[in-house]
Amino acid sequence: MVKYISKRLLVSIPVIIGITILSFIIMKLSPGDPLANFINPSINMEDLEKSRQALGLNDPLHIQYVKWIGQVIRGNFGYTYSGNHSIGNLILERLPNTVILTLSAFILSFVVGIPLGVIGAVRKNTRIDYGITLMSLVGVAIPSFFFGLLVIYVFALLLGIFPSGGMENIRAGFTGFAYYMDILHHLVLPALVLSLGNIASVSRFTRSNMLDILKEDYIRTAKAKGLRNKAIIYRHALRNALIPVVTIFGLSIPFLFSGAYITESIFNWPGMGQLGIRAIQDREYGIIMALNLITATLVLAGNLVSDILYAIVDPRIRH
Amino acid sequence: MLIKKNSFYDYAYRRFRRNKLAVIGTFITLAFVLVALVAPVLAPYEPSEFFFIEGQNVYNKYASPSMEHLLGTDSLGRDVFSRLLYGARVTMLVALSAVIISTVIGTIIGLVSGYFGKFLDAFFMRIVDIVISFPVLFLLISISTIMDPSIWIVILAIGLVSWTSTARLVRGEVLRVKELDYIVAANACGSSSLKIIVKHILPNILAPIMVQVTIGTAQAILMEASLSFLGVGVQQPTPSWGNMLMDAQKLLVLRDMPWIWIPPGMVTLLLVLAIYFVGDGLRDAFDPKQ
Repeated sequence: MVKYISKRLLVSIPVIIGITILSFIIMKLSPGDPLANFINPSINMEDLEKSRQALGLNDPLHIQYVKWIGQVIRGNFGYTYSGNHSIGNLILERLPNTVILTLSAFILSFVVGIPLGVIGAVRKNTRIDYGITLMSLVGVAIPSFFFGLLVIYVFALLLGIFPSGGMENIRAGFTGFAYYMDILHHLVLPALVLSLGNIASVSRFTRSNMLDILKEDYIRTAKAKGLRNKAIIYRHALRNALIPVVTIFGLSIPFLFSGAYITESIFNWPGMGQLGIRAIQDREYGIIMALNLITATLVLAGNLVSDILYAIVDPRIRH
Repeated sequence: MLIKKNSFYDYAYRRFRRNKLAVIGTFITLAFVLVALVAPVLAPYEPSEFFFIEGQNVYNKYASPSMEHLLGTDSLGRDVFSRLLYGARVTMLVALSAVIISTVIGTIIGLVSGYFGKFLDAFFMRIVDIVISFPVLFLLISISTIMDPSIWIVILAIGLVSWTSTARLVRGEVLRVKELDYIVAANACGSSSLKIIVKHILPNILAPIMVQVTIGTAQAILMEASLSFLGVGVQQPTPSWGNMLMDAQKLLVLRDMPWIWIPPGMVTLLLVLAIYFVGDGLRDAFDPKQ
């Protein structure tokens, strides 16, 4: 086990270096002068050149990269060009909001997806099964922003049960328990939209695993022993069918983070995705690089954890 | 008929034809392709033609559906129905071109990695790991902000981001096929690596690649729509189903003018769903276990 984990960790090292190089290159290739906002008739060209020098924009690329990495390792992502805010702090402010949203969507996709998959497999080729299959295909096929707009249209604008955006009702000034309930109220629609695609893939995956397992010899043995159907499904089949579902844990992370961009911008959710979209408009390379790097690292870590979890629950993988 | 009788593809075709959803999906997809091809004939107006309120020098903005404008007009007084039809062309062009790029890159890298193994394999698979670590949309947005957004950049971006799954798939298939007797025999006969890869391996892993191409097309359509919706994809005045939905971010449009945003969303959903049906049908048809 230790050998497997250390091997996986070693393989991750070149990948993480590659991730940093790629995010650095992408943003350095961007057109647009970060100082463009300050250029006006009254500015002195020499001053402009001085601040360029001070910001390190004139250094050769590999020096800029090394400087940047040096800062990143110390947890310092540099400062925004305009306003000189610490990028690390900006992201830290947003991170919890994105984590709340993605974590709820993550939990929702397994809590809803697994039972749907089990029902589909147990009732194979019935109307319920066809209904679930069709629903999960629609879930994968619908553009998430269109689903988001539909949900806002129906639940916020027509029915008025949920708010159409934002994270809290600032004007109401809730405190304590009411404050958390208010956030929860705002969370329902975005979490639903973000998790839809994942619910669909979890339920399809669970269904097909369950079907494979139900064909196994030990299920027939259990039936022959005269066990009740429920016991067979939940105690014998489901446990084994859920093992490969662990792999989806890792796969969901990039999916959810990508989705957060769209979901956050539709629902005005003050998270990292929304910050990223604004950074692109303002040409804040530092923020974009930092966001790229943080999410890519999270994804890498997620894959690592799910590989290791898989190896723990299924010893065959280690060999 | 192109397909030899009783061949693998003949059996697959027969299995495919029995799958109702797959057949329906094929017909819907073909219908969309047809609409895209003859859009100029079907569309009552030019996609970027502005309409004015009669007798006034004011754009006929947000007109509700009528006989003149079947699906009303948008924020600039353009005919939504015509834009929808022309949007089909843009969607197909982007999705198909992007899939060609990603399939070519993915297949070549997968073949090389799987066949030669060792250093090349380790190298390419680490690159795949790196690209896969970035959430797709993140990379897409980065690429399309670097270059000035245009249809070709969108195609290139989607192609460059989505080859990784094809590469992994092809590599796995090559590893499976490589150990089979006929490849060992071809090797023993002294065939060159290139000949073995192109003549013996590639034809035998074509089926899973075809499934991947189908699914990839559906995903490319979704990616283009998301990019255009966020404003970093296909740019106005070119109509795309994604950028037609941009306006619906305003609550007023969302609430009171459903004709602007529901049709482009529904056609995207329908087309992607139909292509997924075809993909699922192909996968089942090619699977000899079925």
